[in-house]
Amino acid sequence: MDFLKNPNFNFIQWRWHALVLSLVVVLSGLAVIVTRGLPLGIDFSGGTLIVVKFEQEVAEDAVRSSLEAIEGDKVIQPYGDASEHEWLIRLPQVAAETDIEQGGQSVLNALNAANLGEYEVLQRDSVGPVIGRDLQLKGIYATLASILGITAYIALRFRFAFAIGAIAATLHDILVTVAFLAFFGYELSLNIVAAILTITGYSVNDTIVIFDRVRENLRSMRREPLELIVNKSVNQTLSRTIITAGTTFFAVMALFLFGGEVLEGFAFTMMVGIVAGTYSTVFIASAIAIILGGKQAKGRSAASTTKAAPGGRKAS
Amino acid sequence: MAKNLRWKVLVILGVVALSVFAFYPPGEKIRLGLDLKGGVHLVMQVKTDDAVRIETETASDRLREALRTAIPGATVTVSGPTEFRVDNVPPDQDQAFRALLVDIEPTFNRTSGAGSYTLAMRPNIANQLREQAVDQALQTIDRRVNELGVAEPVIARHTAADQILVQLPGVTDVARAKEIIRSTAQLELKLVDQGPFSDEAQARQAYGGNIPADLQILPGNSEGARTAAPGTVYYVVRRVAAVTGRDLRNARPSLDDNNRPAVGFSLNSEGATRFGNFTAANINRRLGIVLDNRVYSAPNINSRIDNEGIIQGSFTNQEVADLSLVLRSGALPATLTYLEERTVGPTLGAESIRAGVTAAIGGLLFVMLFMLFYYRIAGFNAVTSIVVNLIVLLGLMSYLGATMTLPGIAGFILTIGMGVDSNVLIFERIKEEMRTAKGVKQAVAAGFDRVFLTILDTHVASLIAAAFLFQFGTGPIRGFATTLTIGLLSNVFTAVFVSRTMFELVLSRRQVTKLSI
Repeated sequence: MDFLKNPNFNFIQWRWHALVLSLVVVLSGLAVIVTRGLPLGIDFSGGTLIVVKFEQEVAEDAVRSSLEAIEGDKVIQPYGDASEHEWLIRLPQVAAETDIEQGGQSVLNALNAANLGEYEVLQRDSVGPVIGRDLQLKGIYATLASILGITAYIALRFRFAFAIGAIAATLHDILVTVAFLAFFGYELSLNIVAAILTITGYSVNDTIVIFDRVRENLRSMRREPLELIVNKSVNQTLSRTIITAGTTFFAVMALFLFGGEVLEGFAFTMMVGIVAGTYSTVFIASAIAIILGGKQAKGRSAASTTKAAPGGRKAS
Repeated sequence: MAKNLRWKVLVILGVVALSVFAFYPPGEKIRLGLDLKGGVHLVMQVKTDDAVRIETETASDRLREALRTAIPGATVTVSGPTEFRVDNVPPDQDQAFRALLVDIEPTFNRTSGAGSYTLAMRPNIANQLREQAVDQALQTIDRRVNELGVAEPVIARHTAADQILVQLPGVTDVARAKEIIRSTAQLELKLVDQGPFSDEAQARQAYGGNIPADLQILPGNSEGARTAAPGTVYYVVRRVAAVTGRDLRNARPSLDDNNRPAVGFSLNSEGATRFGNFTAANINRRLGIVLDNRVYSAPNINSRIDNEGIIQGSFTNQEVADLSLVLRSGALPATLTYLEERTVGPTLGAESIRAGVTAAIGGLLFVMLFMLFYYRIAGFNAVTSIVVNLIVLLGLMSYLGATMTLPGIAGFILTIGMGVDSNVLIFERIKEEMRTAKGVKQAVAAGFDRVFLTILDTHVASLIAAAFLFQFGTGPIRGFATTLTIGLLSNVFTAVFVSRTMFELVLSRRQVTKLSI
């Protein structure tokens, strides 16, 4: 069975449009982040988060009023399915010197005092400012380091221009994903950073498949212009791109629907990332590789006796 | 069947059998992380300043003691965790003063002014003390956690030099565990000079407003108080302890004269000798039993006591058991503060497992159905290689003792995705090769050969991302990175080797002219 038999779309012709569209999405994402701020979960901002499950239904007002006396910008919201009577309570970071346990204890004391019935503490996280800052740095470091590592690998295995294309596509995916997270009000947590790093791998994965084909075609179609070769490679791998993106997307959607509250943000990030990754692979990575690699390609065809190095490493 | 092919089939069956053997039954063989099992994750900071300060105080106390007879006018003041000052040393006594410093100078640097000296701890010594304090704290916590009977705890250094990570899976009474880990449990037996007083000011007044340097005021429990919050009184005690927790041989739950729960302790031989001499010399005075700078009781010394003692207080049985435990495991060299605490209740853990497994099975079923629908017979091939991949992944995880976490389950689903990707890459390539009118056999061979490099490149790139993820994360995220890494590795085996062997198996039997793909 085939979705597409010998597809022959002219993707490369749209490369400037695609770049502009991506720029618009990324810039509006940045605007959202700048105006609304990037919401940080307690992993990074520090603070206390408690999830309690009441045995019986409790009115939202009752929960709110019981916690009124606790100072600071607290978040109180129902958690998960309404029939579960679960509530999430979040307190902001306290001053560096105070004990991190105090916040959580004061919430439990207030709930006890208000007599809202039996409850169970499902989850209780307190993150102090030291650890929060630590995790922020580590998150940024891990993301940058993995991007650099992958760039180095692609530059080694392919051409440098390709590495730039792949990394531009990856950065594009990260920015788009973060923009969507900000837009839909998801907080940046450890799990979401893990999802973003996975997107990095996934996006590069997709790009490599196309670049591998370009490398192969460069050997058999030596006289053709780079644009044509890239376009042909994108088309040749198109059905694979769509099938893989589709199945992975639906597998992650299962996670989004059934994986529970804890994994919801993770799954959402992955879903956005997969769509962005597929789009950027087809339009952004190859477009940048052509724009940057154009000069090299011309040089190559002028001196067509120079063989493309085995493995297609940077020929210059 | 070609001999070569038979070997390949045997290898695959062997790997599957070994993997199943490694993880079966999964309930026992697969280690669950805190987020699935429930438990507590703690990061704490060792206040290493404490350990350094103790050294500084001890040195200054000793010098003060020596100066009292040698140079009576000189004063010693502790001015920071690592330094103290000596003032009012007359110029003509300079030589004598320096002679007293012989013991101290290996540890402290001396800088002199007119009649004043500053003694600052040498930086390398201070660092060494800080290191030791963290090591000692690790060992002490380790002993305490062992006595608590927690299965598979993690007690290790964390990111910064003074941070300790403790993970206690399956612990439900988190408050108690935290209390036991954190209590300093510094036991000191000190001579009571005067007291009890009802407040600090009164205590000071008894000495004309100024407490002598070798004495200190400590809060204590008022005698006979049996309420939940006993009243606080103040004792004036000797600064230097006769016996400390280091001289303990054992501590155990016991009863006092009134049959109330108390902690009985016994001393080692060195401590017993010192304690015997000390009590003999101070009959009819009071002995302060000081725990973490609070006087729990101040009994009268009626006769010489050698090696036994009792700590009284308004304790419950649980408190007595916990206090014995922490005393046995030794004092912490410094106080601890919690920097991070994450508790997952067992209910949430069970719920997460259910949700994660449902999602994984849902994702797997969808992918399988799609592959069968789209690739027909070859779809079976893909489904088999994905299932083998998951079996190998589970097997390797239990074999390596890797921990399964909730993000780890997400890693499972991504592994399914990667498996599909490799199969799709291969199948689409085979289709393409068949279009260029080669035989089926050649098309299959060419498909696998051409795609192998691509699969290698994509997997290496993903492994690079997974490696940084592993580096970056603790707990759950690390579980995700582990699952992803192992999944990527086993996927190269299943997508390339297993899938190809299956194709060859079919193609070797009969002459195939058309492939259902």
